[in-house]
Amino acid sequence: MKNKYKEDFGIFDNNTIVYLDSGATTQKPRCVLDAMKMFYEKENANPYRAAYGLSVRATECYNTAREKVAKFIGAKNSCEIIFTKNATEALNLLAYSYGLDNLKKEDEVVISIMEHHSNLVPWQKVTKEKKAKLSYLYINDNYEISENEIENKITAKTKIVSILSVSNVLGTAVNLEKIIKKAHSVGAVVIVDASQSVAHQKLDVSRLDADFLVFSGHKMYGPLGIGVLYGKQDLLEKMSPFIMGGDMIEFVHEQETSFATLPNKFEAGTQNVGGAVGLSSAISYLEKIGFSKIEKVEKELLSYAVKKLSALSFIELYCPKEIEKMASVVSFNIKGVHPHDVASLLDLKGVCLRAGNHCAQPLMRFLDIDSTCRISFGIYNTKEDADALVDALKEIYQKFEKYIKDEK
Amino acid sequence: MNGFDDIYNELIMEHSMNSFNKKSLQSPTGCQLGHNPNCGDEIELQVKIRNGVVEDAAFTGHGCAISQSSTSIMIDTLRGKKVEQAKKIVEIFIKMIKREKISSAEKKLLGDSVAFENIKDMPARVKCALLSWHTMEELLERK
Ligand SMILES: Cc1ncc(COP(=O)(O)O)c(C=O)c1O
Ligand SMILES: [Zn+2]
Repeated sequence: MKNKYKEDFGIFDNNTIVYLDSGATTQKPRCVLDAMKMFYEKENANPYRAAYGLSVRATECYNTAREKVAKFIGAKNSCEIIFTKNATEALNLLAYSYGLDNLKKEDEVVISIMEHHSNLVPWQKVTKEKKAKLSYLYINDNYEISENEIENKITAKTKIVSILSVSNVLGTAVNLEKIIKKAHSVGAVVIVDASQSVAHQKLDVSRLDADFLVFSGHKMYGPLGIGVLYGKQDLLEKMSPFIMGGDMIEFVHEQETSFATLPNKFEAGTQNVGGAVGLSSAISYLEKIGFSKIEKVEKELLSYAVKKLSALSFIELYCPKEIEKMASVVSFNIKGVHPHDVASLLDLKGVCLRAGNHCAQPLMRFLDIDSTCRISFGIYNTKEDADALVDALKEIYQKFEKYIKDEK
Repeated sequence: MNGFDDIYNELIMEHSMNSFNKKSLQSPTGCQLGHNPNCGDEIELQVKIRNGVVEDAAFTGHGCAISQSSTSIMIDTLRGKKVEQAKKIVEIFIKMIKREKISSAEKKLLGDSVAFENIKDMPARVKCALLSWHTMEELLERK
């Protein structure tokens, strides 16, 4: 099966690599790299800081990208889009600027056991500091958060619910509608970590009614080093700034400072305009293909891969039974073989996947495993990639089989 | 599989899956934890050093085949060696893995641990091979 999108990515030119790690970072299409090159060759200057035309153009590029992002995720106003370095920085901004100011003793922050460390460690820090409680939505045997769990854990004490859209380990797609509805009914705000869904499913923050939402550009065909924080305007306006410095101020006196309005209040220092331009181009790329197409292609591939992996007796899968409950990520292990050995041996076969705890140690502990092998798909992946993986896994298992038997 | 047997050779596979050295010692004189945060490899290394000789060593823990076998084979290599000699062997092993030149006389001192020579071709796994050796280094320095 030929994949026409593969040609858009320079990394696959004369390269037979089977790249199954898009959940860590996607490859970058040529249009993104071209847009960035064009920016640096034609429009580069320090945005906001000078009166000359080039600087004005750089500022325009930055804010055009902001408008593009706003439209892409269904935000009402582009001032609700704050550029960050990545999802991690956006989550830290929220923990510090929203969490520290709004949490009181005995309040609760609710996250899920599936969270990436970036949506976990900052909440540990601020809940400890404010003597608030960090509480977890756990998953059931089918690797999903039950409705009961949502009903029981989100309570009158809950002030913040911060939850990923899709687990970067299990592939579980979280029922955001239900969580947001419940959270709003108790007066809590909801932060959505859309890192693992942004490249795969259409986002609409207005329809979803998320209060905040974050993602990284590099997981959606954009460059490294640019991320997004969306927040409802009234909430962002009430928040105090996170990082202080140039461009985020109004008046600075020796002892006092007043701050700029949105979005500049949260964007201190010289900004990554080249990154924003690249991200904007990545959005155009996604929109050109269209999410209905992306979802169709990737769902088909996902079902194919899960079916093939389930057919292998030596594979242990960690995912919901129903394919509709998952998106683009699958974790598994070869029984008795450490995932790092599997990953190294797959590497010899030109297959790239991730092995480890995937920045989700509490989840690993909850599942009582050390680590998993994880594959994750992008628009350039094919059934042949899944076949190459499965063939290589069979070969690896054969090598290990006789030693594994000895152990018993 | 091309490359497989160069690294995951018979000796390494045997030690990784069925190590005689994976146990606790009766009365160890030293004990040290080693952890590889990338990989999640964890070992607890025990030694029994008397009269300047590494009389025995053993380990518990879990991790990839490379970290586990490297620990086990290291123990075989160092058992019965004088502390000074053991330190020297540790130093040579680390040099070999880090792609520094070692003489054939030095190589001989490594015994079975030479089996890890090709790990330098898998840079992502060098840390796994070195975990127990660095842990041992700390134990020997402490004496
Ligand atoms: C669910 C999830 N959240 C957050 C992150 C953090 O992304 P970044 O490292 O780009 O900040 C990742 C990716 O590693 C992720 O998968
Ligand atoms: Zn290891």
